[in-house]
Amino acid sequence: MLNKNVYLILIISLVFAISFWIGFNVNLLPAEASINAPIYDELFKILFIIGLIIFIGMTIAVIFSLFKFRKRNDQVGDGIALEGNLSLEIVWTIIPSIIVLLIGLYSYNIYDRMGGMKELNHNHEMMSSNTEKIWAGISQTSDNEIAINNLSIEVSAMQFAFLFNYPKGNFISGELHVPVNQKVSMKMESKDVIHAFWVPEFRIKQDIIPGQPTILNFTPTKVGKYPIICAELCGPYHGGMRASIIVEEASDYNEWFNKNKKPEVNL
Amino acid sequence: MTISIDPQNTNNESLQPKGWLRYFSFSLDHKVIGIQYLVCGFLFYLIGGTLASAIRIELASPMSDFMPRDVYNQVLTLHGTIMIFLWIVPVVNGAFGNYLIPFYVGARDMAFPRLNAVAFWLIPPSGLMLVASYFVEGAAQAGWTAYPPLSITTPQSGQIIWILSVLLLGGSSIFGGINFIATIIKLRRPGLKLMQLPMYCWAMLGTSLLVVLSTPVLAGTLILLSFDIIANTGFFNPVLGGNVVVYQHLFWFYSHPAVYIMVLPAFGLVSEILPVHARKPLFGYTTMVFSIMGIVVLGLVVWAHHMFTSGTPPWMRLFFTIATAFIAVPTGIKFFNWVATLWGGKISINSAMLFSCGFIINFVFGGITGVALAQVPFDIHVHDTYFVVAHFHYIVYGGTVFIIFSSIYHWFPKVTGKMLNEKLGILHFIITFIGFNLCFAPQHWLGLNGMPRRVAEYDPQFQFVNQISSLGALLMAISTIPFLINVFISVRNGKYAGDNPWNALTPEWLTSSPPPVENWKGEAPLVEEPYGFGKEISEQK
Repeated sequence: MLNKNVYLILIISLVFAISFWIGFNVNLLPAEASINAPIYDELFKILFIIGLIIFIGMTIAVIFSLFKFRKRNDQVGDGIALEGNLSLEIVWTIIPSIIVLLIGLYSYNIYDRMGGMKELNHNHEMMSSNTEKIWAGISQTSDNEIAINNLSIEVSAMQFAFLFNYPKGNFISGELHVPVNQKVSMKMESKDVIHAFWVPEFRIKQDIIPGQPTILNFTPTKVGKYPIICAELCGPYHGGMRASIIVEEASDYNEWFNKNKKPEVNL
Repeated sequence: MTISIDPQNTNNESLQPKGWLRYFSFSLDHKVIGIQYLVCGFLFYLIGGTLASAIRIELASPMSDFMPRDVYNQVLTLHGTIMIFLWIVPVVNGAFGNYLIPFYVGARDMAFPRLNAVAFWLIPPSGLMLVASYFVEGAAQAGWTAYPPLSITTPQSGQIIWILSVLLLGGSSIFGGINFIATIIKLRRPGLKLMQLPMYCWAMLGTSLLVVLSTPVLAGTLILLSFDIIANTGFFNPVLGGNVVVYQHLFWFYSHPAVYIMVLPAFGLVSEILPVHARKPLFGYTTMVFSIMGIVVLGLVVWAHHMFTSGTPPWMRLFFTIATAFIAVPTGIKFFNWVATLWGGKISINSAMLFSCGFIINFVFGGITGVALAQVPFDIHVHDTYFVVAHFHYIVYGGTVFIIFSSIYHWFPKVTGKMLNEKLGILHFIITFIGFNLCFAPQHWLGLNGMPRRVAEYDPQFQFVNQISSLGALLMAISTIPFLINVFISVRNGKYAGDNPWNALTPEWLTSSPPPVENWKGEAPLVEEPYGFGKEISEQK
């Protein structure tokens, strides 16, 4: 009996060791290019390790049972008449409940750090009205910076393109240029069907809905060019509905901005 | 409580055709209807599988080059709709439910045989109509979710036929659900207690409650959507002041429970199969019953997890995260109990057992990614990507379809009186298991790294992984061949099975194979311990 327990403990610790090793050494995610990304990857790593432990454990249990308890040719009759074990069943009700609850609380914490629980408001002096009802989005701030410093962009999506309006420069671009390490606040609305704004490297996604503006705030952290992908089926060319986001140093961004800037028309 | 023979049914029996022709008739025999559901469902599975192959061929290259883009969207819409509404739901509920439930409660037939036949005969015309809509003006192309405004702005005829077809299939499902509830509650043989019923009865009771509670919501929603399309109303049309997010709430109020309508019966079936082939009682009967009912209750309050990136306020996102993650607890109990059922048994390694064990492994994997997807911050990145595609195929194919095959290997001897060939069965399992995992496991990585779902073209850096996935799909298509050969050969030349080849204890095995029209020659047997394996031996000692 003691021998059996030693084996059990050995196998369980081996499953844990393998799961932790894979969890820390196998990277399944793309580059991290926003403040959200490392927070997301932290959650992913934890869920990945817990998932591996459960999956490897259950698979070993099934395969081991098939080998160990297979019916030999000389055997007749049935297995043991074991109809249940209440204490064991209570254990495997309570332990998963605790794990699920802890994961839930932890992901609440992650979501809060991503800014998901913050009040959503889009600070743009020209068009925002306090009564406007905005339902959705992630609002993420790196520190206690004041929203006025935000770069405000209006995104309109249509079959099958994104257009980015820079109200301060009075111009529209097909490419999204943003300066690195500065919070960007986007108000998005669709002209026709539902689209979605997804940048895998930023780990953010938000549907763009006709008749109902949505907000998406993010702070890029790494200079580079990343794809913007439409993630909601929007018609025949859905797969081709892509744009680019170019994250650049503040000086490069200002140069690009000033080049495209148009004088304001006074009516 | 004493209705055990429906007089109308037996009177009609003499008018019913005999032999194979009865499968093409308006038969009232629950066994015939069950087989009608199974074969009809399998034919639609072949159509849906062909469409899936077309999708995987298109995705073997990063460009949209195999078929026109709008046809691709029609193919993915039909694939989803056919697999859900014409294959999995009718087969795990209609086919096995009709065949087994009257046996399990000790009845001669279902409570409402005519309604039962009507429910089945709604399926072939609506399925054919759905497939035929392709030849009218093109089939529906807004995905099986039919989100407005896309479903309002795409060609109308296809979308309207799609709505009509899904409404008829939903009606069939509701008729079936009412029938199962009535049969399980009211037609039980005298002396048979609820807590003595085989587990599949409980699964079907829970599933039927979900069907009856949630399918009408889908029907109402689709009727409003059809008004938007043909009568220019503005329920969901933003141009006319409608709200597209309301549609999503109403749609998922049915379509999330639909996942449990697809997996709970499979949970019931595997609970019948494992004890027989492991020669052990089902572990923890009472907790299994409570976990089914727990899943039913929780399943009704988790729908908004499909809408985390939609217009949902933060509090709603949190509530649905916790509710969804908690479904893992009753589901987990069932899986631990099944492994405990295997533990210490005398397991026959046959096709039915292998498919059931494949189901456990695949479903645990899909369940783990499901708990991850329930977490709002996790879901925001992978929502509407191939990660989700992989996840739900692990649930409905790796889970339910594996159990459908397992059940066919288990009950084929009862239905036909012949055994299926074990070697071909094991070959079928091996190719299916490898092909399935090769097809869907890599898709998790695709989703995490930036491939959205429902696209005909993608970033060329994903080509290699997509080709692995397509290779897996090819294996899955090939795996159908040994299965079909096996069925066709065995039904004619298979080894005679006898009444009870597995030495099972549930009531359907206590009659001849195939069973007579009235199910048992004499009175229905009273089975108080459907899982009493190992009992006699311990009593003899």
